[in-house]
Amino acid sequence: MELILFLFIALAAVASALLVILGKNPVYSTLYLVTAFFCIAVLYVMLGAPFIGALQVIVYAGAIMVLFLFVVMLLNLREPQKWDVTGQMRKLLGFAVAGGVLLVALAAVRLAGAGRDKLDPALGSVENVGQALFNKFLLPFEIVSILLLIAIVGVVALLKRNMPAVTKGGK
Amino acid sequence: MEPTLTMYLILSAVLFCIGVTGVLTRRNALIIFMSVELMLNAANLAFIAFSRFLQNVDGQVFVFFVMAVAAAEVAVGLAIIVTIFRQKESVDIDQINLMKW
Repeated sequence: MELILFLFIALAAVASALLVILGKNPVYSTLYLVTAFFCIAVLYVMLGAPFIGALQVIVYAGAIMVLFLFVVMLLNLREPQKWDVTGQMRKLLGFAVAGGVLLVALAAVRLAGAGRDKLDPALGSVENVGQALFNKFLLPFEIVSILLLIAIVGVVALLKRNMPAVTKGGK
Repeated sequence: MEPTLTMYLILSAVLFCIGVTGVLTRRNALIIFMSVELMLNAANLAFIAFSRFLQNVDGQVFVFFVMAVAAAEVAVGLAIIVTIFRQKESVDIDQINLMKW
């Protein structure tokens, strides 16, 4: 039963991921990416990680993709982005490299093995993840907060510099 | 029957390679950015799968950090794209050669 659900979700994830890179309209690509992220969130829940699944929906499908959609609509690209006709060679090369990476990854999967004697269903609970986050990974957690602060400052600095309305209104 | 670790890893590999294909073949900077996000998510899926089958919560904490870094990266990256679009009126990576020497 769970296997059928997994296959269904995996198929949906791969299909929407393909539509992201094959689509002509960036808005549709963004929406398909949201679908893919939702599918991955379902897989997280199936893997016993409900906290990360919720984060996936809130942070990725919510915040990050809204930011993407906002920028895509803000830029309002006139011409639909066509497939590169002149760069056939590069397209071919791109597919070849991606296929090679897939081959290596699948070979690595064949070598990977993990014991699964007794799986604890409460492993990914908020409590367990929080315990690990605030004990073992407290320093990285604080560093990430600094990183986010730097990102905020960086974005403001990037977009403020050549915004004529702001510099004019300053003085 | 439950899906095995191998199935999750294969799905992760396939998603990652779709992302690689997008980065290598598309010219729209926004689509390339989305493909990068897809690759990050494929890596996250592998992290969670290993976390489950090795019964170790560290993988989930790593996914948490990856998400935080991805949020910061998206904010800065999109700001750069918007800045370039203001100057060039395009997000086609073939026309963006600011860093070429």
